[in-house]
Amino acid sequence: MAASIFTAVPRAPPVAVFKLTADFREDGDARKVNLGVGAYRTDEGQPWVLPVVKKVEQMIASDSSLNHEYLPILGLPEFRANASRIALGDDSPAIKENRIGSVQSLGGTGALRIGAEFLRRWYNGNNNTATPVYISAPSWENHNSVFVDAGFKDIRTYHYWDAAKRGLDLQGLLDDMEKAPEFSIFILHACAHNPTGTDPTPDQWKQIAAVMKRRFLFPFFDSAYQGFASGSLDKDAWAVRYFVSEGFELFCAQSFSKNFGLYNERVGNLTVVGKDADNVQRVLSQMEKIVRTTWSNPPSQGARIVATTLCSPQLFAEWYDNVKTMADRVLLMRSELRSRLESLGTPGTWNHITEQIGMFSFTGLNPKQVEYMIKEKHIYLMASGRINMCGLTTKNLDYVAKSIHEAVTKVQ
Amino acid sequence: MSRVGARLCPVLKPNFSLLYFPFSSWWSHVEMGPPDPILGVTEAFKRDTNSKKMNLGVGAYRDDNGKPYVLSCVRKAEAMMASKKMDKEYLPIAGLADFTRASAELALGENSEAFKSGRYVTVQGISGTGSLRIGANFLQRFFKSSRDVYLPKPSWGNHTPIFRDAGLQLQAYRYYDPKTCSLDFSGAMDDISKIPEKSIILLHACAHNPTGVDPRQEQWKELAAVVKKRNLLVYFDMAYQGFASGDINRDAWAVRYFIEQGINVLLSQSYAKNMGLYGERAGAFSVICSDAEEAKRVESQLKILIRPMYSNPPLNGARIASIILNTPDLRKEWLVEVKGMADRIISMRTQLVSNLKKEGSSHNWQHITDQIGMFCFTGLKPEQVERLTKEFSIYMTKDGRISVAGVTSGNVGYLAHAIHQVTK
Repeated sequence: MAASIFTAVPRAPPVAVFKLTADFREDGDARKVNLGVGAYRTDEGQPWVLPVVKKVEQMIASDSSLNHEYLPILGLPEFRANASRIALGDDSPAIKENRIGSVQSLGGTGALRIGAEFLRRWYNGNNNTATPVYISAPSWENHNSVFVDAGFKDIRTYHYWDAAKRGLDLQGLLDDMEKAPEFSIFILHACAHNPTGTDPTPDQWKQIAAVMKRRFLFPFFDSAYQGFASGSLDKDAWAVRYFVSEGFELFCAQSFSKNFGLYNERVGNLTVVGKDADNVQRVLSQMEKIVRTTWSNPPSQGARIVATTLCSPQLFAEWYDNVKTMADRVLLMRSELRSRLESLGTPGTWNHITEQIGMFSFTGLNPKQVEYMIKEKHIYLMASGRINMCGLTTKNLDYVAKSIHEAVTKVQ
Repeated sequence: MSRVGARLCPVLKPNFSLLYFPFSSWWSHVEMGPPDPILGVTEAFKRDTNSKKMNLGVGAYRDDNGKPYVLSCVRKAEAMMASKKMDKEYLPIAGLADFTRASAELALGENSEAFKSGRYVTVQGISGTGSLRIGANFLQRFFKSSRDVYLPKPSWGNHTPIFRDAGLQLQAYRYYDPKTCSLDFSGAMDDISKIPEKSIILLHACAHNPTGVDPRQEQWKELAAVVKKRNLLVYFDMAYQGFASGDINRDAWAVRYFIEQGINVLLSQSYAKNMGLYGERAGAFSVICSDAEEAKRVESQLKILIRPMYSNPPLNGARIASIILNTPDLRKEWLVEVKGMADRIISMRTQLVSNLKKEGSSHNWQHITDQIGMFCFTGLKPEQVERLTKEFSIYMTKDGRISVAGVTSGNVGYLAHAIHQVTK
């Protein structure tokens, strides 16, 4: 047999966050804790299928009039309209003026990718792969890959996390925006910044928007935690809505993985806000072509669940309640962890744990301390020091707090 | 208006005037995308008020009442899923393992040496399109010998843009003979024998879309020989296993034969038609490798490609398919149901031909029953197609392609009558 054409294919390194979970699974230590992957867990450390989701799934299962026919290329119409409405608000001027569009996508990732592919082809000229794309330092590591694979050649970072003060480096961020070439694309986290959990305040967002407007920078929001961050949909969408009210054209990649707990059904939406309906229509027509060669049309199950829920006032209220349950538990774990660390007298300041928001916290632990946590204490977290607050439970809080204390005091 | 930024970065010369921002849009220069031709057919059909109207553009199976058909084995699998308390946790990037393994076995056959030795990788893909695209992206990144993908003439309309968007170039080999409405075998062999070595060739495993024209087994053997001689990389698109002849093994014969001949193929599978799972997007992409170690390396790279596309695949369709394939009773039931669908299609072909004869048509309509699968290249010319639409409210694509799935015992007579009217 001839030598294989794939002989030269190198083995790619595993995606870090999934390797972490794999290592966790293999660990036989009874005390082990997984603070890695970003998925919600109950206080029993279990995945949680939202009660409203269970209810709607049963409704769908018992509706014999439903079939498995193809969705339109851009997705389920009721899903698209409602998903965008959730992001932009019922009273959004953009919706009233009919200048929004939606593309049902495979999760937030899929929405980002469709948006990125479109921008590469049609933004700042045609096929201008040289347009700089700015991603926060740090950011979700897949952001980089999405824009690289979409064809962009100039991916840069913008200052975001200030490790010394454990907060937002606003000045660095604004400076980067001032220096960025005009028309650069900026990936902004709508809320609950991943991985730092550190968001700009409304006032800081106003400053950011002002610079972006003046320098013609394109806002591409990533909204993966709406509702999940603060418990309030409106509060978590404040930044996106502010930009819309300031007249920006923008993209917003939405994920319903966390706030609906529909991780494996891949429910996402790319919301497009344009100057007017005509522009948006043309944009959507081109996005359709991109979708057609990527996945043809999106999966139906998850979109049906979300659409059914958002269309019914009662189910919507139940959903809102479920979301608040998750957000509240996370907030509780934050305050409990912080108070334990402060009681232990763990060196350093720990107010960032409660000031940060969403699923993740940038603890400030350095790689050596992280290694200690994993190897000695069987507590799994990312090398960046990022922990998933959902991995904390009333049962393991003491152990985790003591372990952090040990890591900080023993390892430098 | 400040132009400082523009001076600092002279490479950026936007095509629109800055003077108009913020009054104009970033998207002023974005052209309206051309309407999808097949979608256009369905849209026009919907608007038609003729009670006798027929939609022969639809690429989805319909029962003899013209209705979508949810397989009974699918409903049973769904009931099983509903009764279990399953979580919604992310699937691995490569998808549901029970599904991918069962998919490989379905395609390759349980006795396949390639399957048993584990020298393959199968990842879950977003139905056929997504699976094709993963493979196309993989080839673009790792297959440095050629940028050229050879498609049969004609091929599924979406093949070209998929490979193009992945960064590859499209070429063609002769396939369909419009004079005979059947395979131009000598033309195909001639063209393929001249394809530069190490190019990529795409083959439809069964039920060629859009023509319905498949090679016979002896012809497949010759195709395998020439492909091997030219050292071509073979990419099979199998979207109709079971749905074509009613027999899953028969429909996979070409794929299995090629592999047995030592041709390590790429393969895209779809469960849209054969399990009626269209909107659930169940599919798989496979690479037959030299050995299991190579398969692991290839898999690791496929995951790197998938993650920035959509992270990990949707569960629902794959879970349904997996339950069906892995539950003996349901698998048996599925085989009966897929044969039922194939048989109805074959029966409609037969009835269409006999009705055309009854109408008194003197043309040779044998190709209608010779062709296989959902689609039929009738041989009708654009003017005739237009007449069918305008005078009889029968909708199909301009190339004369009909979806036999849209034909029922209730309307086959009308269809035959109409076709006779425009061809006599």
